[in-house]
Amino acid sequence: MPVPTPGLDIPFRKHVLDNGLQVVIHEDHSCPIVAVNVWYHVGSKNEVPGRTGFAHLFEHLMFEGSAHHDAGYFEPLQQAGGTLNGSTNSDRTNYWEVVPASALELALWMESDRMGFLLPALTEAKFNNQRDVVLNERRQNYENRPYGMAGLAMLDALFPDGHPYRWATIGSPDDLQAATADDVRAFFRRYYHPANASLAIAGDVDADGALELAAACFGEIPAGEPPAAVPATPARAVPARRMIEDRVELPRLYLGWLSPPMYAGGDAELDLLADVLATGKASRLYRALVYERRIATDVSAYQGSRELGSSFQIVTTAVPGIGLGALEDAIHEEVARVRASEVSPDELARTLALTETAFVSRLQTVGGFGGKSDQLNNYNVFLGDPGYFSRDMARYRSATGASVRAAADAHLDAAHCVTLSVVPAGRHDLAAPRSEPAVIT
Amino acid sequence: MSPVDRSRLPVPGPDPDFTFPAADTHHLRNGLSLRTVERRGLPMVSLALVLPAGSGLDPEDRPGLASLTADMLDEGSGDRSAIEMQEALARIGAELDTETGPDSVVLALSLLDRFVPSGLQLLSDIAVRPRLGAADFERVRTLRSNRIRQLRDVPGVNAEAVFARALYGTHPYGHLSIGSSASLAGMDTGDVTGFHRVRYDPSRATLIAAGAIDGAAFARQAEDAFGSWRRPAGDAMPPAVPADHSNGGVAGAAPAQRLLIVDRPGAAQTELCIGHAGVPRQTPDFHALVLLNAVLGGHFSSRLNLNLRERKGYTYGVRSAFDFRRAAGPFSVRTSVQTDATADAVAQVLGELRDIGQGRPANEDERSLSMATLTKGYPRNFETAGQVARGLAQLATHELPDDTFNMFVPRLRALTADEVTRAAGQYLHPDRAVVVAVGDGARIRGALETLGLGEAAIVAADL
Repeated sequence: MPVPTPGLDIPFRKHVLDNGLQVVIHEDHSCPIVAVNVWYHVGSKNEVPGRTGFAHLFEHLMFEGSAHHDAGYFEPLQQAGGTLNGSTNSDRTNYWEVVPASALELALWMESDRMGFLLPALTEAKFNNQRDVVLNERRQNYENRPYGMAGLAMLDALFPDGHPYRWATIGSPDDLQAATADDVRAFFRRYYHPANASLAIAGDVDADGALELAAACFGEIPAGEPPAAVPATPARAVPARRMIEDRVELPRLYLGWLSPPMYAGGDAELDLLADVLATGKASRLYRALVYERRIATDVSAYQGSRELGSSFQIVTTAVPGIGLGALEDAIHEEVARVRASEVSPDELARTLALTETAFVSRLQTVGGFGGKSDQLNNYNVFLGDPGYFSRDMARYRSATGASVRAAADAHLDAAHCVTLSVVPAGRHDLAAPRSEPAVIT
Repeated sequence: MSPVDRSRLPVPGPDPDFTFPAADTHHLRNGLSLRTVERRGLPMVSLALVLPAGSGLDPEDRPGLASLTADMLDEGSGDRSAIEMQEALARIGAELDTETGPDSVVLALSLLDRFVPSGLQLLSDIAVRPRLGAADFERVRTLRSNRIRQLRDVPGVNAEAVFARALYGTHPYGHLSIGSSASLAGMDTGDVTGFHRVRYDPSRATLIAAGAIDGAAFARQAEDAFGSWRRPAGDAMPPAVPADHSNGGVAGAAPAQRLLIVDRPGAAQTELCIGHAGVPRQTPDFHALVLLNAVLGGHFSSRLNLNLRERKGYTYGVRSAFDFRRAAGPFSVRTSVQTDATADAVAQVLGELRDIGQGRPANEDERSLSMATLTKGYPRNFETAGQVARGLAQLATHELPDDTFNMFVPRLRALTADEVTRAAGQYLHPDRAVVVAVGDGARIRGALETLGLGEAAIVAADL
């Protein structure tokens, strides 16, 4: 970056309670609010075949009441003027509240009650209701959405049999139907305890007082066993060419490669490369496919960073009359260019400028998804270092034309690329050549 | 320290004070309004240029023109091609966010403070001196046409389009801002240059900065970048959509058919949009309606969501909203439900709309919960510079007074339960609500027709 912005970080204090709970506190007095954010180091990667979708279904039940507040979790926090949510991905589950600073104790009380005392409040009726809700979430966000099943088909093609990234966090309907309340109890005991969690508090608080409150609320919860590690990921995918039919007019092509895990060498470079290839109209693929040749109507690229191993994906939609084979060739041509020679200094500078804006923007808010409390937990859970923000920026700043080219060359080999075509019903002729129908559970 | 008492929930302390930051106001000689909120801490500034050139100004025979014009703005300026324009934006770490709403176009840039002067120059090139060239027009029109092809398969977009047409007909609120394939095909470069020439008027525009910049510095930089912007020749056109209490020409009568189905054979769910024309933003009952909607369907713990999601499990979620615009925007309930529950979901929604106005008015617990949600958490709506800039953009779009945000909490707190019930009776009309269902017609039609809404019309969104 031309003129680095100095002194950008998230100052914090970290303390580990006797039961193993990690507590990270950041003071920011610019708005009279505080964010409470809890990460459990469990996600769909910890599920077993036959019970896919379970980590996420479990997350829903965390909002339905605990032993000392056996009612919905939204009401008391909303009554205090708070907002709250949670989410599950392959690697972690997070829960957060943003409340007026005067309601910190309430938020900590409630988070600790569901960490320590969820099961006495669990009933079959709640379980069945939230399973119905999750099945509807799946219909709404995947089945009934154009191209909605493509992400699931790509995971299935990218990862080997038995690998926990092979299934999506939303799970399969059969598995969700097969889940029982007993599964909930076992899952809670194994993964939801202080030794597998990290608590971040960020906002208009005094760090000493917040730590005392955290200890009072969470200190009595018994320690648990840290869960066993899950298997690592192969470096390269077995090439596959798949196709699904969907209720769409324009066919869409997905290309995917396995790539280095989050925060590993090459991860930042591939993130930058995704921008060079497809962020904005001046990016290489937009320019080639959409602006000049006009064979595509949109294109995107991203490094999907994950704990065990990432995937680098390029997605493009054809214009009417163009088959996906032409797009596939055009993309491989551009990818071959960035593997063979360095991106220009101006391209790299532009991408780094966008990245710097994005990093500074992330410091604007204390709570919610992606706010400072969420970032502290991300760095703490995946790297053991809540203060990684400035080093995270440095990963990008230190990237060079040579290191970006090297990452592209090492990971984006056409021989290890997975290809998925999504075509209108009956239009197999529009798919990339030699594609086989995908099976999605 | 001893463990916390789990026999009762902790009681929060008193609410923190909240004051919306005072905005510095300045006018350039060409009439351009400048608003600045200085907020130090991070080296960032959120810029927004608000133009009263939204879809509400689409000519009746040119639906989509306002949005097409806004979309063309960053396709080059002067000697700079569309690609060069994008490169220049990226060099200062900026991505242009163009939003065409019913009542305004907002062009927004979020920038590191050192890039503000260059950002303002670029924003001026984009808004004031766009090329609007014929070749770029053809390319952008094709991209938008392809975008519409993709939208045709999105259930929510179909529901919204059919709903808007049923409520508003040929009024500009009666179509999506993107228009349709047919309207797009009928437009040419001259439409865009004409709309830009007449509607992009400095004397009606507002330029906003929030973040690490003070009002005087912003005024100087804005003068450099926008000072030469001239008003269009001739008399300025009046805004097509007046900001007042009138309904802006929106009809209040029920359409001939109230039950509209967009058939999606084999659909995995039914997308629902239920409601009727509402009221303008300037209504004196604004605060009562905000509170009413919160009890009814504005948040997770509202009646509609507790019923359809938490009791019945029919849906991932349901929300209601008054879309407050300069003229009377729609009131709607939106949700996606499982196919076999479609008719019951509609019956439940209509029942909730009816009950809150008469049979089961908001009780004290519901009123206090919704009041708390809206008031105690209010400061977090202005945590970031971007949120402050958006707040100022709202004031400009709706011509609202500067004390609007400071008065929000006291005005809500002054409301009585009776006023909420009165607002429900006055502004909710379940008896003439339109029901749009996008789903598997063969499986939902019969049950829907038993609800007393009349015969279903099978319609298409005609996007």
